[in-house]
Amino acid sequence: MKPTDIKDPEYFHKVVDCQYACPAHTPVPEYIRLIVAGRYTDAYMVNWESNVFPGVLGRTCDRPCEPACRRGRVANDEEPVAICRLKRVAADNKDDITERLPPIPKEKNGKRIALIGGGPASLTVARDLMPLGYECVLYDDQERGGGMMRSQIPAFRLPEKVLSEEVNYILDMGVECHFGTWISSMKEMLDKNFDAVFVGTGAPRGRDLPDLPGRKEADDNVHIGIEWLASVAFEHTAKIGKKVIVLGGGNTAMDCCRTARRLGGEEVRVVVRSPFADMKASPWEKDDAIAEDIPILDNHVPQSFEIENGKLKGMTFEKVEAVYDENGKRSLVPTGEEPVFIECDDVLMAIGQENSFTWIEQDIGIEFGKWDMPEVNPVTFQSSLPHVFFGGDAAFGPENIITAVAQGHQAAVSIDLFCNGEDVKNRLAPGVTIMSQKMGVHEWVYDNDISDDDRYAVPHADKATALKNMKIEVELGFDQDQAYKEAMRCLNCDAQTVFADEKCIECDACVDVCPTDCITFTDNAEEADLRQTLSAPSNNNEQDLYVSGTLPTQRVMVKDEDICLHCGLCAERCPTAAWDMKKFLYEVTKAGRG
Amino acid sequence: MSYINPSFRHPNLPVNDIGCTKTDYEGAISTLCAGCGHDSISAAVVQACFEMSIEPHRVAKLSGIGCSSKTPAYFLNQSHGFNSVHGRMPSVATGANMANRDMIYIGVSGDGDTASIGMGQFVHVARRNLNMLYMVENNGCYGLTKGQDSATADIGSKAKGGVENVYAPIDLVNVALELGATFVARSFSGDKKQLVPLIQAALSHQGFAFIDVVSPCVTFNNNPGSTKAYDYVREHAEITGSVDFVPKKDEITADYEPGTSTNITLHDGSALQLHKLAKDFDPQDRRAATRALENAKDHGGILTGLIYIDPDTKDLHNILGTTETPLRDLDQDTLCPGNDALAAINESLR
Repeated sequence: MKPTDIKDPEYFHKVVDCQYACPAHTPVPEYIRLIVAGRYTDAYMVNWESNVFPGVLGRTCDRPCEPACRRGRVANDEEPVAICRLKRVAADNKDDITERLPPIPKEKNGKRIALIGGGPASLTVARDLMPLGYECVLYDDQERGGGMMRSQIPAFRLPEKVLSEEVNYILDMGVECHFGTWISSMKEMLDKNFDAVFVGTGAPRGRDLPDLPGRKEADDNVHIGIEWLASVAFEHTAKIGKKVIVLGGGNTAMDCCRTARRLGGEEVRVVVRSPFADMKASPWEKDDAIAEDIPILDNHVPQSFEIENGKLKGMTFEKVEAVYDENGKRSLVPTGEEPVFIECDDVLMAIGQENSFTWIEQDIGIEFGKWDMPEVNPVTFQSSLPHVFFGGDAAFGPENIITAVAQGHQAAVSIDLFCNGEDVKNRLAPGVTIMSQKMGVHEWVYDNDISDDDRYAVPHADKATALKNMKIEVELGFDQDQAYKEAMRCLNCDAQTVFADEKCIECDACVDVCPTDCITFTDNAEEADLRQTLSAPSNNNEQDLYVSGTLPTQRVMVKDEDICLHCGLCAERCPTAAWDMKKFLYEVTKAGRG
Repeated sequence: MSYINPSFRHPNLPVNDIGCTKTDYEGAISTLCAGCGHDSISAAVVQACFEMSIEPHRVAKLSGIGCSSKTPAYFLNQSHGFNSVHGRMPSVATGANMANRDMIYIGVSGDGDTASIGMGQFVHVARRNLNMLYMVENNGCYGLTKGQDSATADIGSKAKGGVENVYAPIDLVNVALELGATFVARSFSGDKKQLVPLIQAALSHQGFAFIDVVSPCVTFNNNPGSTKAYDYVREHAEITGSVDFVPKKDEITADYEPGTSTNITLHDGSALQLHKLAKDFDPQDRRAATRALENAKDHGGILTGLIYIDPDTKDLHNILGTTETPLRDLDQDTLCPGNDALAAINESLR
């Protein structure tokens, strides 16, 4: 293999598994260390810079960082660090941050940007552009900002206060808001001569089953999940029948069933087509639903709404089983068993969301492609109409909040470049700092004495109380002591092992001391062969091998990044400081930088 | 934080025949200087014992005094250990071995502990052919007392202080050969590929197995001008040949050109396959071994690898005709047969 190019920012970035997996690339270990130090406000600001809604995301994030977390790999029964809930700790314990928010220039730069939709993507664009002197004009049909964070996430998971606080940090920058305003024509919007238009309208249309027998007759008691959740959020709906069926297996279904339990649903069931394990909902959301006495019936395909005396009385389902072909493609095959009838008063449909761009005229230069989705550049988020940009669910279909934020940042970079007459493709490389952590022979700036504790569970509110009130938050969050203990489980993967070929005397000290046998000195070979010759099994091909240049004995140093604990022992035992632990901070380039 | 040793190990470590991973053969974290050759030797012992599926409780680690003699703390935590008086490890090993012949004895010593204060003990344990592995971690200096030249330092070799050594060195390999040691090898801490199979062969050998391991002292004797520095040893090592240790259960698979390799069956049924680099070298010929040593020395080379082996040898127990059973397994009557038995012995001598 060729020597690893550690100057490429992406190499060490990939070693920080959590940060790499995060769509917004939040520097996770950095803020976790700040939490350990009790510097909650600093930890919050590291988050805020990167993901804009730490308090919201600390409760509701899909947390792609956690499955990626190295801690979950270093032993067979290890669980990842509770990254998401630590984020919440920063938000819960911070001081007033208003002084730390970026100053907003009184004198504007003369560029006006329209933001259509008031959700996480649009708000992120505003957050990045307002401090640069742009005038942002936001339109949303809801009465208040936040988009789906407000309408679709129930209050028992995300208190309204937390959401409003973080939405207001941005709106208070001086965003011109037009709430309760439904934009019905893009053409009219373009006629207002904004310098750029950002579309962050989400995926607002919940899927229905219009052709299922009985659908029309049952209409009074059949609700589209996201619309129903919005109606609950805005307090238009306050009750539901005692027996409720929730169709669907995603996180919206989990929110629907748990909300139903709080609005009078006594027998709430989730019924899903796929096997339990294949459900789209996050495992912890399924756990939380089950904990609230909500059974999840898998492998049931809806057949019909059953009507009696013109009123819904239940639904019939066909039982299926999942069969996987050689390519792993799944098909649901009927088992031939008797159809299953389930009695119910109401049905909530949470079987997916779609985009809806009926308001964008076909002849104004915005090209649409597959599935009626706009043609959007995945890097610049620019549409075929140069001054129109898309982001969030509106760009590439339903994802999650953190993806919307990440895309908002990138769209803001593009809008800033575009408004300055520059090529939107001409984007700056990420900011990288790398700094030695050495303080003494056995002393590092970071604490490498990590905790062996198992993952701590977040305490929950008493179930009986929580089920009585829609607004009682179920998860209580870690207290400071628990947060400290959980944070000490973090391996500090951003403390990179950096190897200097020319200093190495090949004494093997690092090889001998490495607790996880990451390091091998061996003859060079192609990657597949090299992996066979390493000290410990090297089966995780998604993790890179760090390969040095050729050393005096004609061998190379090969480090398998997979199970490295970042404990620093290689560097402590290195007599020539050929190894050093260096903190690597990777910052995604934001609008206006450079 | 100082000297942490994380508790995590690679989750997919291979398991040996007795269900242990390499972790089960580890010791405490080393307190020697960073980069010390001795730590590599400890790691080689761990590797060798793991691969041989040795039950840790069957091993006794014995040592004297010095940096080298600290190392038994850094491997085989679950084995027995005895850290003896300076230079007196061989006596303790002899006593232990006489009492329990079923154990595996690993003696770790240094150039000071063996070639100076312990020289008298060393020569006698070698000539008695005590069944043990005797390893000298040889760095040519007294690291624990700030790097004075030891008795194995070569003439003209300079330690960190910069003064040339003026005394003739003791070549412990030569001494061991001269005294009739039945397994003699030299290796280098920086070459585990060679060292691990040598340790395995030595542990399988039924008799006195001596390995002189050149082990650079990074702090006091790893400078230009030193003949025990990493660079110097790498440049001047001349190997007798590469050694493959083949456990009893495995078949010899490596295939070398006829005439270049020798297979030696060891007492316990395992085998050594020596791939010779010098055609006329025969590790079972003591004279050839001495010659090879002298030849290497003539042009400043350090001969490493297996130098001599006599696989069909009688160890001290066999020489003395002692009981097959470890003393601790004998009952009181057998150990102390009483007055009548004593009288009978006395009578037979009259």
